[in-house]
Amino acid sequence: MIDYPEYLNFLCSALESQNKNKLVLSENTSLVADMGLSSLEVMEFIEKIEDHFDISIPLNILPDVNTIGDLATKVRQLNL
Amino acid sequence: MMFDKFKPMADFQAELAERNVEPFGAVTEKILSATEGVVQGRNVILAGTNNYLGLSFDPRCIKAAQDATARWGTGTTGSRLANGSFAEHQALETEIAQFYGVDNAIVFSTGYTATMGMCATLAGPGDVILLDADSHASIYTGVKMSGAEVIRFKHSDPEDLAKRLRRLGDRANQTLIIAEGIYSMIGDVAPLQEIAAVKREYGGYLFVDEAHSMGVMGASGRGAAQAAGVEADVDFFCGTFSKSLGAIGGFCVSRHAELAAIRFCINSYIFTASSSPSVIASTREALRITAAEPELQAKLWDNCNRLYQGLKAIGLPLGPTPSPVVAVAMEDRSRTIDCWKALMEAGVYVNLVIPPASPSSNFLLRNSVSAAHTSAQIDTIIAAYADLKAAGLITGTRSH
Repeated sequence: MIDYPEYLNFLCSALESQNKNKLVLSENTSLVADMGLSSLEVMEFIEKIEDHFDISIPLNILPDVNTIGDLATKVRQLNL
Repeated sequence: MMFDKFKPMADFQAELAERNVEPFGAVTEKILSATEGVVQGRNVILAGTNNYLGLSFDPRCIKAAQDATARWGTGTTGSRLANGSFAEHQALETEIAQFYGVDNAIVFSTGYTATMGMCATLAGPGDVILLDADSHASIYTGVKMSGAEVIRFKHSDPEDLAKRLRRLGDRANQTLIIAEGIYSMIGDVAPLQEIAAVKREYGGYLFVDEAHSMGVMGASGRGAAQAAGVEADVDFFCGTFSKSLGAIGGFCVSRHAELAAIRFCINSYIFTASSSPSVIASTREALRITAAEPELQAKLWDNCNRLYQGLKAIGLPLGPTPSPVVAVAMEDRSRTIDCWKALMEAGVYVNLVIPPASPSSNFLLRNSVSAAHTSAQIDTIIAAYADLKAAGLITGTRSH
């Protein structure tokens, strides 16, 4: 079973290509407020994660996702 | 502060005002015909109205509306579940069901409330909704209200749909799959044969919104599913009366007898006033004309092909195939606004579309074609775009 830190590391690495503000990405980095991702970019990133882990991420969880850490937690729950 | 979130929009509106351009909510001062009007003081060809069959000015539809107003009054002043179900509404429900060859129909006050209401009601907690990523705002709003688990599949990608149904396992049977016939912004047609095949393999219910394809596709104008030969696989059809039928209103039809009970559970049907009798009467007439006069659809497609090929020939980035919606993809917001303004000055009204209304980061100059357009009008539209290209305002490199 994959642990939370591994999900977090994967998400941070995968987000590097969209890190236009050159931030040091961590679990507390906000996808929208800090990284400046548009809703379209967030959805494109979600598709990347879905393909990688072969899961579907329901839209219902998105209101609870602000930071990379929030997303890592949700992806881990969905992939259990 | 509560209002802070509106500041970017207020800033954008201020920018437009400073540039003396008003593309959103441009006021039509006079309608001269189904394809001409006076907008913001200019005589323009209307190339952004979704009036696909040009029936908004058909004298038979106008007379039906006038007669109905004289007979029934100007409005129903009530909900379909209270005092707002007149014999006209019931007759239209019978006729739209017959048009689709099914037994069950509900007529709504707008197309938006039809799709939103059905999407909010059909699936609920414990169910799953799989919707195309480029679905209309009415669908997104509806599924958000449903309480179901909501998952997107990649736009018009049956393989991605299949993958997601596979991941659902036994829950695939409890899934509402949502697609549209023609997508409203780019004008691309959904691969309904392939989507229907995936549904047959995994189960679930298929919902198709034919808002932009009814009257436009299919041997008798029923839409993209009819054209694809997969109507038997579709559980629910939704659509609108505000495009091909030239009025306003929406519908859902189904072969499932349960629609009779579902009717009493849809908030957007129950808690709003029913359509005015004049609207219902003109819609009934327009539906009769659509079924009886297939030459309208043929004329529409002649015009679609003429505009699409004309714009393609000057190198503009368009959707994948000719369609009643022909959208030019643009990269730069400011330049798109300049183009919209230049088109107005050239006597052509089109729709300006900006994200998130467009399905990507593109800005769009969205044209919609009517059977009522003359060849000369189509050529004027093409010439106006050619001038923009010659002036370097459109580069033609952006793709959908």
